[in-house]
This record gives sequence, structure tokens and C-alpha cells, in this order.
Amino acid sequence: MLAGAPQYLVSGLTVGATYGLTALGFTMIFNTTGIINFAQGEFVMLGGMLSVAFLKAGAPLPAAVLLAVMVTALAGALIERGVIRPVGRSAAVNLVIITIGVSILVRGAVMLLWGKDAFAMPAFTGAKPLMLLGAAVQPQSIWVLSITLVILAALKLFYSRSIHGKAMLACACERKAAQLMGISVERMAMLSFALSGFVGAAGGAILAPITLTSYDVGIMLGLKGFAACILGGLGNPFGAAAGGLILGVLESFGAGFISSAYKDAFAFIVLLVLLFAKPTGLFGGPRSDRV
Amino acid sequence: MTSRRLFSLAAFAAALALAPLALPNDYYVNILILCCLNALIVMGLNMLMGYAGQVSLGHAAFFGLAAYSTAIATATLGLPVWAGVLAGVAVSTLVAWVIAVPTLKLHGHYLAMATLGFGIIVSIVFNEAVDVTGGPSGFVGIPKLTLMGYAFTSDKAMYALCAGVLWLATLVSMRVIDSRTGRALRAIHVSESAAQAMGIDIARSKRFVFVLSAVYAGVAGTLYAHHLTFVAPSSFGFHFSVQLITMVVLGGMASIWGAVAGAFFLTSLPEFLRMFEEVDILIYGGLLVACMMFMPDGLAGGVKALLRLAGRRARG
Repeated sequence: MLAGAPQYLVSGLTVGATYGLTALGFTMIFNTTGIINFAQGEFVMLGGMLSVAFLKAGAPLPAAVLLAVMVTALAGALIERGVIRPVGRSAAVNLVIITIGVSILVRGAVMLLWGKDAFAMPAFTGAKPLMLLGAAVQPQSIWVLSITLVILAALKLFYSRSIHGKAMLACACERKAAQLMGISVERMAMLSFALSGFVGAAGGAILAPITLTSYDVGIMLGLKGFAACILGGLGNPFGAAAGGLILGVLESFGAGFISSAYKDAFAFIVLLVLLFAKPTGLFGGPRSDRV
Repeated sequence: MTSRRLFSLAAFAAALALAPLALPNDYYVNILILCCLNALIVMGLNMLMGYAGQVSLGHAAFFGLAAYSTAIATATLGLPVWAGVLAGVAVSTLVAWVIAVPTLKLHGHYLAMATLGFGIIVSIVFNEAVDVTGGPSGFVGIPKLTLMGYAFTSDKAMYALCAGVLWLATLVSMRVIDSRTGRALRAIHVSESAAQAMGIDIARSKRFVFVLSAVYAGVAGTLYAHHLTFVAPSSFGFHFSVQLITMVVLGGMASIWGAVAGAFFLTSLPEFLRMFEEVDILIYGGLLVACMMFMPDGLAGGVKALLRLAGRRARG
């Protein structure tokens, strides 16, 4: 019965890492702007789809991934500059609808450009599985987990050491005070959109060799990312990453031991139970609502 | 009820009655039916979101639960159609009543997530419980609606029924909004603690409006199932929940006429965009963004602003 457990754990952690990176993107934008960005899943999709597109155009794999991530980061910044900033401090629901509109636009554009097919991407370093504690581990899984860890460590450094990171934290803490201290809240908002585009796209690009990618993968990944960030406690970046991993593992165990048909439901059932028991998420503070 | 309310209700009845006459063929009557049904759900959701300030990202689930319940009751179990309709509305009401208590304790994004999770779980069940629901390929063979011996087989008859139900729902919504409960809801929206201090039973008021909105969605769901005689899970997924919210916000929060306008506009929009073939999805997304950027209070707010402007001009 438990024979499959290590296998499920590995695949759960791999997918969970992407949920975690998506959740991290949600958190970064939420912290600096108070917006839940429903186009977050589209960043993840862009990471995968653009990598494939650049590969097809002849770029070597590392360059293709890097380009895809950069272009997505740029797209994130453009979204903030183009449709979020002009609206200013309007109602949260309106901003959410705007991000939904943007996600429809991005998805539609990708569909028109590359069609509705699912695309495969080659693994970074071969596809020969390694045996680890009775689980067949794809090398790509190791890539996914280590890149996720590197990104997390880099973000930790960014937030605690760099002036921009500290400025973003200041915006999250108290916008007015941050503004009075000479921080450009607008520029921080743009930076947070770019950064979450970067992180989301990185997640999409490293997962694409495992799960295929297509114009519409962003919807479910975005929802799971949102779930992960609520699970971890909204506003807490490392809670978000942990929430993603937990969600991925739960889902993988649920699919393995109970029923694969209801795979996508497990994550949400667990989340609902948790929300009803502890309404601010696993690592959330006593109360945090900004709507 | 004020004379203004009575006048607008009469005008609405006239508009609903005249609408089919302006249309070239039955295909458009079909779209009108869908407009009415969506308007019905959106009106309920607008009371929940616009008046009480509670977001639901899972309202498609109530619509779907009712549609599937009546489908199973009539096609699988062979019950009479009116019993199916009752069962459908009862199921969505009951489910809403049960999940309202834990769900409505949540606030802001947590509430959004809980309702979203509920909606997704329900739509996954529609997809996976193949023996009961027919799975992804859908549920076929739902009988047409019959009521006291009259069969609603033609689209025109069905439209008359749906428009009538929508009109009645509008009346009910107005009564609720003008009532003590309606004022309580608006108070909750502004400040829960202040509302509580004024002696309002917050949990009860929220539960009432949540269940009421599920009843609206349930009625729409049963009519939808018996109109199309076919239901598939894709009609009740996350995407539809988002569309419903978009209709509420685009129409204008806390405005009954806004809800109707938003629903009619967004339901018929894809039909107008058909001629742009594949680009329609881009236009849909773009319009959504543009409307929200330039009309933050929705269509209702936009019209109000225009009227104010015209009034000022007229006065000099």
C-alpha cells in the first residue's frame, strides 16, 4: 500500500514547487499593491509557451528559458504600467476584473499566435530517471526543486539586503509612510509585477518538460497558486512557497492512494477544511483582510 | 414602493415584452432566454456582492447543482417536470444553507478562495461522477418544461416564462432591498462591527442573502436545463463564476438595473463578436479591461454620470 509513497512525494514536490512559485508571485503583488492578480497563471503559461517558441526559433535551451522569463517579467511591468497604474486606487474588485480581462487577453493572444495544441519541451538534462529511495526521480524534478530553492534564497536576500527589496517591504507595511520616506510606491508596484512575472515564468518554464504546456494551462496553475498562497497565509512569501509544496504533495498522495479522477479536488477540499478550521491560513497572522 | 420604482418596473416589463419583436429570428430569442437566466443569477449575486459586500467565486455551482438535480430527477428517475424543478431549487438552496455558516465567517480574499474552492469541487464532481451526470460529454434527454398541462416547447413560450420569472425576481429584489433586511445588508457592507453594534444579527443577514442568491441561481439552473434539454459540466465551471462576477461589476455594484444591464450586455456580446472570428476573445478581454478602466462604477454608474451631466447642461 505504501510502496508508492516516495514516488508520490517526489512528483508532488515537483508540481508543488510550481504552485509555490505561482503563489509567490501572487504574494509579491498583493504585498506591494493589495491586488490579487488573476493573470498570475498566465505568467506561468507564458514561461512555458515562450520557452518552447524561442526553442523553435533556434535558441539553445538555457537562452530560450532565460529569454522567456525576461519577456514575461517585461510583460508584467507593462501590465502594471498600462492598465493598473492609470486606474490608481480604485476598488479591489474592479482591479481584480481588470486582471481577469488581462488574463483573457494574454491567453487569447497566445492562442492566436501558436494555436491550441499542447507543446512538449525537452528536459534540461536528459530523461533517464535516477533511483532514489525506491522512487524513480526524473532529473527534471531535481532541476525544478533546486531552481525553486535558489529563487527562494535569492528572494530572501533581495528582501532583506537590497534597497529595492526593503522598499517593497515598506510599501507592504504602510504605503503612506513609505511614500513619505521618498519611496516611489508606483515604481515598487511595477517592480513587483515584473518580479512576479519573472518568478511565475520561471516556474512555468521548469515544469513544462514534465507536464507539457499549452495556451490554457495558466487557469488551473493560477487557481492552485492562489490556493497555495491562501493555504500559507496571504502576504507571507515563504508561507506561500510552503503552501505550494504542501498542496502539491497532498494532491499527489490523494491521486495515488484514493482516486486520480478527483486529483484536482483534493487540494481544494483540504483548503476548505483548513479555512473553516483556521480562517487565516497555516502561517497567517491573526487577521488580514484588505478587501 | 415608490412611484419611481413602479415606473421602472413597468418600463422593464414593457422592454421585456417588446424585445423579441425587434429580433429577426428564433436564434436571437434563444440568446434572449440566456440573457434573462444570466440576469436572474446576476441579480442574486449582486445582492450578495453589491449590497452585503460578500464575494462569491463559486456561484456557477448553485446554477449547476439545480440544473443537474432536475435533470436527474426528471430524466433518470422519471419524476414529473414540476417536481424536478422543485427538487433542483431545493438542492441548491439546501447546499447554500449548509455551506453558508462556515463560509461566511471568512473575509476578503479568504472568502473568495473558499467559494472558489467550493465551485471547483462541485464542477469536478459533475465531470467525474460519470454514472450520475454523464461526465464531460454531458447529460442528454432532459424533458422540456410543462406546467399544468402546457408544454413550453417553443422558444417564444420559454422566453415569455423566463422573462416573467426575471421580472418577478426584480420585484422580489426591490422588496428585499427596501426592507429592514436590505438596510441591514448595506450596513454590514460598510462596517460589520458598526452593524453589530446597531443590533443587527450579522450571521443571519449574511446567510439570508447568500441563500436567496442561491435560490435565484437555482431557479435559473432548472429553467436552463429544461430549455436546452442538455447540460454539460463546462457550463458550470470556474469560468462561468468569473463571468457572473464580471457581469455584476460591469453592470454596477448595488444596482438592480446594473445587474440586468451587465448580464444582457456580456451574454450577448460574444454573439456580436462572432463576426470577428478568432479575434473575438481578444476583443472581449480588451473591452472588459477598458470598461473597468473608464467606467469604474459599471454601466449603471456610467449612465448615472451621463444623466447628471445632461441634467447640468439642461439647467444651464
